[in-house]
Amino acid sequence: MEKKHIFDNPRNVKLLLIIFFSSVLILFILDFFVHKHAHFPWEHWPVFYAVYGFVACVLLVLVSRFVLRPLVKRKEDYYE
Amino acid sequence: MSNNCIPPAMIFIIGAFIIPFLSEKKRSVYVVLLPVIGFLNLLTIPVGTMMHVGFMDYQLTLVRIDRLSLAFGYIFHIVSFITVIYILHVKKNLEYVAGFVYAGAAIGTIFAGDLFTFFVFWETLTIGSVMLIWARGTKSSASAGFRYLLVHATGGLSLLAGIVMRVIQTGSIEFNLIGLSDPASWFIFMGIGVNCAWPFLHTWLTDAYPEATIGGTVFLSAFTTKTAVYALARAFPGTELLIWIGVAMAAFPIFYAVIENDLRRVLAYSLVNQVGFMVVGIGIGTELAINGAVAHAFNDILFKGLLFMSMGAVIYRTGKINATDLGGLYKSMPWTAAFCIVGAASISAFPLFSGFVSKSMVMSAAGDKHMVFVWLVLLFASAGVFHHAGIKIPFFAFFGHDAGHRVKEAPRHMLIAMGMAAFLCIFNGTFYKPLYSILPYPALYEPYTLSHVMTQTELLFYSALAFTLLLLSGIYPAEMRAINIDADWFYRKPLKVLDETVSYILNGLNKLCDLIFVQKFTGAVNNFATAATSKIVSILLLPVLLNKGGGENGKITSFNESSANMAGLSSERIESDFSHGTSPVGIFAACAGLFIVVLYVFL
Repeated sequence: MEKKHIFDNPRNVKLLLIIFFSSVLILFILDFFVHKHAHFPWEHWPVFYAVYGFVACVLLVLVSRFVLRPLVKRKEDYYE
Repeated sequence: MSNNCIPPAMIFIIGAFIIPFLSEKKRSVYVVLLPVIGFLNLLTIPVGTMMHVGFMDYQLTLVRIDRLSLAFGYIFHIVSFITVIYILHVKKNLEYVAGFVYAGAAIGTIFAGDLFTFFVFWETLTIGSVMLIWARGTKSSASAGFRYLLVHATGGLSLLAGIVMRVIQTGSIEFNLIGLSDPASWFIFMGIGVNCAWPFLHTWLTDAYPEATIGGTVFLSAFTTKTAVYALARAFPGTELLIWIGVAMAAFPIFYAVIENDLRRVLAYSLVNQVGFMVVGIGIGTELAINGAVAHAFNDILFKGLLFMSMGAVIYRTGKINATDLGGLYKSMPWTAAFCIVGAASISAFPLFSGFVSKSMVMSAAGDKHMVFVWLVLLFASAGVFHHAGIKIPFFAFFGHDAGHRVKEAPRHMLIAMGMAAFLCIFNGTFYKPLYSILPYPALYEPYTLSHVMTQTELLFYSALAFTLLLLSGIYPAEMRAINIDADWFYRKPLKVLDETVSYILNGLNKLCDLIFVQKFTGAVNNFATAATSKIVSILLLPVLLNKGGGENGKITSFNESSANMAGLSSERIESDFSHGTSPVGIFAACAGLFIVVLYVFL
């Protein structure tokens, strides 16, 4: 039988996710206590970067999938 | 100070042509030593050197060493060294020779102090790079190489036109600050823009880079766009238009990268995205911004090279590169996976990795100038690049769904090359002072503030959170076996139709002209010319012949002795007599006389 690898065990995947979600949470809380050197006023808003990063990526995926892909997707032999 | 030195480019270019004469074993040592020798030579050349060579009426500046060119010079040598180690498994000479000519041309371009030298090396870049694409030897690489060549030839012509116009106007071939003003500068600007992969001009990159050999792509990712970045920093710093071009470059490729299946093409899109940051920096033009652009070019060469190397190793072992065919490779290629993650962390600008200390300079310069829109787009692009290059590449290749490949780890020389690149990515990110010390301007920027570390980490973790949630919820677009059309569609489809239409029309015209002029008209002229004398005679004698020896109007009765004979002649007779040369002497003489009279009258 083939050797078991680290992510073959669902418990390890779960553990990784738990670690990840908790660090996300910790960052969220920490943000309120860090003073920011800012160029723009909104950088002082609490968790601005977190919200921006999250929203940016969701928008990125939604636009790519539902706007760009229908426009540009072609069969693999399109140019042949 | 002596201004003479061994031009750094020559070590590579002349050195390249010795490669075919070496045995395989000697070659392996030689190709690894060559960049080292080049680097040592570079270290001996003092800053401020201007090596001039007379050429016709001009004085060429073959080598100009200043802080801007030197920073690029260092990294070009380093990446050549790493890449050549990476390709040591290659048996054929072509890739080594093309690689060194290409790298040498890049080095020649950045050290060129005049426009002629610059242009010659610039074109050599194209030659070297297209060889690396063709070296793959597949049908698609052959045609991608031709498209690549056509685009670059067009860009090169634009550059040449600009240079010629400029030299005529100014009388000087110096290569320094040009700035956007007259048509000449626009031609140069656009010529550089092609190599810099500006929006709509970028498709040679995303089209051809994924088609090159596995080592060829690593070479390619380092040089062409970065020499263009250098050229912009030299000739067009502070040009506002560059800010907007750079913003577009940083933003649009990430959308493509999300839906692209070929992982090397994903990296090609992210290459455009990263060059966008550099172009914005050059457009802003402050010392901080130019430093940021150069530092980011330096780091990008390393981490993008590292990412391309890891994907190359995946191709080398599995023969696959589409995300749909990969997954779970961490089990059999753990080192490659680890190096890929280092590259991914660096391009995403995680604290302690190289992107963190360079990309933020450009962002900060935009912030200093209060460019709200630019700053917001760059922040968006920073999140996006983590999403597609930072997560997607490692995840789909090495983790995710297990595609069942059970292969060997990458060969040792590839691991060494990737290890070196990974080391430098971490080193530059952690101990950034040496990098900052070679930048064109004094670097006062401090990347490791609590605020910067915190905000950047937050941005990245929440981008990762978005990825995780979208993936778990199934909204994340599944990879598909498909291609995505881009601006190259314009020259691959409508232009093809146009080409076919034009060739139909022109070939038709050609055939028609052939029929009329070659077959009909020439034949007619030919016939006429051969029978001209007899024809003219019969025309001239027409009144005589019709008259049948005088008679009714009696005008020609003066032809007394020959008139009787003439009466019996027909024009056919004259023709045959003339063609046989058997006409009576008198007629010949009469004709000759008549002919002279006619000529005299009409001319």
